[in-house]
Amino acid sequence: MSDVIDRPMLDQEASARTRLRIIDCDIHPSLHARSDLNPFLSRRWQDHLKTYGDHLRTPYIGTTPYPRSSPLIARRDAWPPTGGPPGSDLDFMRRQHLDPLDVEFGLLQVLDMFIFSQQNLDFGAAIQRAVNEWQLAHWTSREPRLKAAILVGQDDTEAAVAEIERCAKIGQYVQINVSPRANEPLGRHRYWPIYARAQELGLPLGIHVGGYGGHVPAGGGWPSYYAEEHQSNAHSMAATLTSLILEGVPERFPRLKIVFIEGGFGWISSAMWRMDQHFERFRTEVPHLKRRPSEYVRDHFWFTTQPIDEPDEARHLRSLIEWVGVDRLLFSSDYPHWDFDDPRFAFRTPLSDAERAKIFNSNARALYRL
Amino acid sequence: MAARIDCDIHPAVGGTRTTLLPYLDDHWKEQVVSRAIDGLDLTSYPPNMPLSGRADWRTANGKPGSDLAMVQRGAFDQLGASHAICNVLYGAQAVYDPYMASAFCKAINDWIATEWLARDSRLRASIVIPLQAPDLAIEEIERRAGDNRFVSVLVLAQGESLLGRRHYWPVWRAAEKHQLPIAIHAGSQYRQAPSSIGWPSYRYEYYLAEAQAFQAQVLSLIYEGVFVKFPKLKVVLMESGVTWLPAFMWRANKTWRGVRVEVPWIDREPAAIMRDHIRLTTQPFDGPPDAAGVADIIDMIGSDKMFLFSSDYPHWQFDGDDAIPPHLPPSIVSRMCADNPLETFPRLSLAA
Amino acid sequence: MARHIVARTTDIPPGGNKVVTLDGRDIVVFHVNGEFFALLNRCPHAGAPLDKAACVARLTSPEPGVYQRSRVGELLRCAWHGWEFDMRNGQSWFDPSRVKVRTYPVVIEDGETLAKGPYVAETFPVHIEDSYVIIET
Repeated sequence: MSDVIDRPMLDQEASARTRLRIIDCDIHPSLHARSDLNPFLSRRWQDHLKTYGDHLRTPYIGTTPYPRSSPLIARRDAWPPTGGPPGSDLDFMRRQHLDPLDVEFGLLQVLDMFIFSQQNLDFGAAIQRAVNEWQLAHWTSREPRLKAAILVGQDDTEAAVAEIERCAKIGQYVQINVSPRANEPLGRHRYWPIYARAQELGLPLGIHVGGYGGHVPAGGGWPSYYAEEHQSNAHSMAATLTSLILEGVPERFPRLKIVFIEGGFGWISSAMWRMDQHFERFRTEVPHLKRRPSEYVRDHFWFTTQPIDEPDEARHLRSLIEWVGVDRLLFSSDYPHWDFDDPRFAFRTPLSDAERAKIFNSNARALYRL
Repeated sequence: MAARIDCDIHPAVGGTRTTLLPYLDDHWKEQVVSRAIDGLDLTSYPPNMPLSGRADWRTANGKPGSDLAMVQRGAFDQLGASHAICNVLYGAQAVYDPYMASAFCKAINDWIATEWLARDSRLRASIVIPLQAPDLAIEEIERRAGDNRFVSVLVLAQGESLLGRRHYWPVWRAAEKHQLPIAIHAGSQYRQAPSSIGWPSYRYEYYLAEAQAFQAQVLSLIYEGVFVKFPKLKVVLMESGVTWLPAFMWRANKTWRGVRVEVPWIDREPAAIMRDHIRLTTQPFDGPPDAAGVADIIDMIGSDKMFLFSSDYPHWQFDGDDAIPPHLPPSIVSRMCADNPLETFPRLSLAA
Repeated sequence: MARHIVARTTDIPPGGNKVVTLDGRDIVVFHVNGEFFALLNRCPHAGAPLDKAACVARLTSPEPGVYQRSRVGELLRCAWHGWEFDMRNGQSWFDPSRVKVRTYPVVIEDGETLAKGPYVAETFPVHIEDSYVIIET
């Protein structure tokens, strides 16, 4: 078993503690209730929200057909004592997470409202605007450590670009987010107007796992268990990496920076080797690629670290880090979800002070210009 | 000559109306001819695509792998195999009509037995089965069970349902009974998009996504409890790539530790189950460029029994005459050429 | 070995728990199936507080689709990553010999016995008609 797990907890805490302030690239704030969005919605959409609600490519109104490991996918200790779901109370988030872990900046990734997956595109456009406004009104204006992202439903590309324009003028967003489980693989040309704007604005493109694209989690059929479906998140990210590179998105938008959020990073090295291995065989199919696929990864992609891999041997985690490159990694906790990574304990392998500073702070600082 | 068993080569069916016609009964002969039913090459492998056939393994006409003499020269003389397992990828499994699928699968198996296995005693084959009708698939397995030259059962990596699902269990029961491992080979029935993010634009993109499809199949087989029900069953991943395995193992262990209550019949770590029941052919390997990296990967996988030598002939996975991926430690090479294949395909040891 | 009075038995309802700090450590005391168990309030995986863990049955299965339950409420599913621990001995489910939570012996004493001493007081008031939970560190 891991030489690290057997050590008493107190030792780990002491050795992991530095005076480093961390930048947490994946925090999930929640609505108390959907009606919290009403101030940001017209009457028509308030009514629609209350009556028709979500229209998603999934069988249930109120839940996923793959029940999660714990209520609302959350840590059981993350329910605020004042009531409301995990992630809904800023004070509690400060007390439980931001303050004790010395979070210098936390990047908000809103999953509520399934903005990226709404079938009714007009409804989607209304709620994306509402959520983008809600982030500022309820979170970032009250807590300067927190940063908002422009969330856009990628499948209505026109509305997405319009929302990007609107939010860019306000100037308080650090990222533009889309979902990897869209109608089509994200590399496809229909999504390029979003990437063009992101590049022009100098905002990274954030791609967080999840979404209800309606496609089977793998080509061979629907899994029966959450245990299977949970791992399909990494599969979607690998496929998205492939699509973006092969379609030529980094080739066409060389200044675009792309962040993969909550996919972890253990799968990346093999994906790079596999793309490179077969590049020679398929080169004539993709003549627009001027570089080997792994080179695009090194220059255009960043990856948040959660869920971190837990090999039995600490040195194997070290290999994973070196293969993808310390410069590519951005610490993330995924607070308040159950498979949360605690920054004090998640990296069960020695890191130099310089490496630690990059992963936990300076990589994200430079990328997001914080 | 030392035994070197190539676990994955691809004889090619020329066509339904040509190659398979003699092996169809009168009804299907008439259907095939009068309705011009043909052209079952899978979208996964267009015959003229570079990967489908290395340049020096292509004939002037005819698909790569369609000529026995060429295959013998390539797999045996050039690449040094002593035996080879034929995995026919002609897409009989992908038609919707279960009776047509059954008839065509039977024809493929009759053809390979008659025109390949009977003509070269070094050849073995996987049984092609119509998985869309599990009872008909069992019939086909039972039909071939007495022929020791059939050493495994072939299914595609992307079918209609994930392979762990209950409705397939009777098929695996039959396979286990006859000591036939399940050979999952790259390829898709295209019942749904090949990837969770939708339909890929490029063949290259599709091919890369196959690795995820294999991973989903492994998880399905494990978590549905197939190896609990059929403890002697082994599963071989063919043309899946290899280096994705370590990170996949760790993620599975990590998930299982937290979500075990969902699948309490899994009483040990998924990676341990993989080491006991899952095998992989070595082409393509998708290795890191350096020997230290390859050594790391092998160390991470933690088992020298999982690797099976293959060339994937005539698919273009490497150049030159050496099908063994570069930088593999000698201990792995010595096991993968004979010991591991013999252990995985017990019927290889039976008199053919 | 020091003996600490941490609660009256009636302070911890069945299915509930109480967290106390002894010698600088947080210890969680569970009351389940008529017994009391005490563990270090920290999961060895990543430090999650075990007092927020789900208390569940011991779940085994001989084959797919069969769910065997026993010792209902005596297994902890950690509040964060769901690792399962046996309250009785602190052992993790998936690696009982190498991954475990520190446990502490628990004794129930009546007030009459305790009134005679000796015990380590964080000066816990003792009434002879009550029963008390004692933890040994």
